[in-house]
Amino acid sequence: MTVAVDRPTDSALTAPAQPPAKASRQRPRTGRTGKNGAAYVFLTPWLIGAALLTVGPMIASLYLSFTDYDLFSAPEFIGIANYQRMVEDPRFWSAVGVTLNYVLVAAPLKLLAALAVALLLNKARRGQGFYRSAFYAPSLLGASVAVALVWRTLFANDGVVDTGLSTVGIDGGGWISNPKLSLYVLVILAIWQFGAPMVIFLAGLKQIPQDLYDASAVDGAGKLRTFWSVTIPMLSPVIFFNLVLEVINAFQAFTASYIISGGRGGPIDSTLFFTLYLYDRAFTAFDMGYASAMAWVLLVAIGIVTALIFRSSRAWVFYSGEEK
Amino acid sequence: MATIIERRRPRTPRPAQRAQTGRSRAASIVWHVFCLALLALLLYPVAWLLGSSFKPGTEILTNMNVLPDAFTFDNYATVFEGVGGLSFWTMLGNSMLISTLAVVGNVFSCTLAAYAFARLRFRMRRPFFAFMLVTIMLPMHVVLIPQFIIFQQLGMIGTFLPLVLPKFLATEAFFVFLIVQFIKGIPRELDEAATIDGAGPYRTFGYVILPLLTPALITTTIFSFIWSWDDFFSQLIYLNNPETYTLQLGLRLFVDQTSASSFGPMFAMSVLAILPVVIFFAVFQRYLVDGVATSGLKG
Repeated sequence: MTVAVDRPTDSALTAPAQPPAKASRQRPRTGRTGKNGAAYVFLTPWLIGAALLTVGPMIASLYLSFTDYDLFSAPEFIGIANYQRMVEDPRFWSAVGVTLNYVLVAAPLKLLAALAVALLLNKARRGQGFYRSAFYAPSLLGASVAVALVWRTLFANDGVVDTGLSTVGIDGGGWISNPKLSLYVLVILAIWQFGAPMVIFLAGLKQIPQDLYDASAVDGAGKLRTFWSVTIPMLSPVIFFNLVLEVINAFQAFTASYIISGGRGGPIDSTLFFTLYLYDRAFTAFDMGYASAMAWVLLVAIGIVTALIFRSSRAWVFYSGEEK
Repeated sequence: MATIIERRRPRTPRPAQRAQTGRSRAASIVWHVFCLALLALLLYPVAWLLGSSFKPGTEILTNMNVLPDAFTFDNYATVFEGVGGLSFWTMLGNSMLISTLAVVGNVFSCTLAAYAFARLRFRMRRPFFAFMLVTIMLPMHVVLIPQFIIFQQLGMIGTFLPLVLPKFLATEAFFVFLIVQFIKGIPRELDEAATIDGAGPYRTFGYVILPLLTPALITTTIFSFIWSWDDFFSQLIYLNNPETYTLQLGLRLFVDQTSASSFGPMFAMSVLAILPVVIFFAVFQRYLVDGVATSGLKG
């Protein structure tokens, strides 16, 4: 620890005592070695991290995914057996189903809520800044164990939501213990955190030039027409950005499902997120080879979905600078 | 037409002018009512949490009112006495220590890397920068198990080091990117002036760039603190020694207890566990929200 802190700081502090005399005047071309050297000094922590904590572990985990490894005895190479096992593992497929379901429902609904509220706030009335901050607050709190515990209690059998719905004649019982509804407790928790994409949407809405709205008004376009023909196309790069971000995050959701299902993904695996099952394989069953294989499946899945969104973006994302 | 556009520029946003007329005063009231209703709905779970932490355990589950019927401090007293045989203050201290070190590590390592990427020329700049961007999107699960093995081999499981050490190696690439973007906004003339005065890259960094980085470093500090405070997954994996438990891990102990008597302390401790985040939010909300707006932080 102290080693990591002290060393690079020291060099950064002592270095000015002997300034690299060469790197004066002709900055762009000469003095290259001096700058090169300095650059690598600044980059040292990042380089160590990238090599030892990212590149190395990625290669290792790819290798481990082809082994049988329990952390205590040496890994044994078994080819693609882990991947074959996945195909026949029903819990793996429930985890895939639950996660895809969650991504497909939670990410779009969250973005829809974020866009709707951003449009509402964009009216530039007094108090806009206050509402913007206040609506953003759940995004900061939502990742905590505390809020997951609140959700768990709110949606429990005889809990507040159950009681509330009973009074209006809907008798659902506790959502947490109902395998048909339990995932939606997590979806609602995700939507509750719409504040972060909302703030990004608001920033995007402010970038749309007023001229376009004026021109559209001169042309006699109504509100709805202006929304579809001006706001949405001009905002599409921001929608795209938010969509990629939310989808990648949704694939990796963990804390809430762990807390709400007590770490088991129940009832009947209805909240068994991919990451939760991966955690279970790796750190309860110590099936490290299988868990590594799952991690690579997750990486490839996220890669494919992101690539699909990028591919589709050509059809619906509009960059105002570009000629069609 | 032209005058309208020019008018709009300095300060007064267009609809604010309209808001003065009578009809849109009504619209404004409707707008505020709607926003406040939404706000009440959004903040209800948090308000209910706070209120419930002062309710007796038997009342919590079914009472949907925010305010308690019977007000009590017992829940907090129970938490301060300890949870599951663990001292609350130890857990608070552990959480604080981990988050503080995470802030120091991120500010230190990400600033250095960002300066190199934003201002210095070196042969591998483009490929390294591209790689750094890719790692922002990389799911941590793909490096999780080998990292666990490394820390196990080093005998660090059950200590804070696996949570803190990576921050000193700029593994949270997001902050590198954030600071790179910020440095790019600083006029290059300042660097050039420093170069003419004979300053090398180290002095330019220390005397020109670093003092101007304050807003970016505040954003980095806030999000480093909050993300590491809430980083349940890593804490769950690495902190298997009860003495190193954080508030998040302490809260997890309540998950297996379903008796009504545990609800009170559970909520009291929940309130205490989110309090630092709330304080950070209250103090720095402008930086937080603007940080999200300009850089797309996930929050």
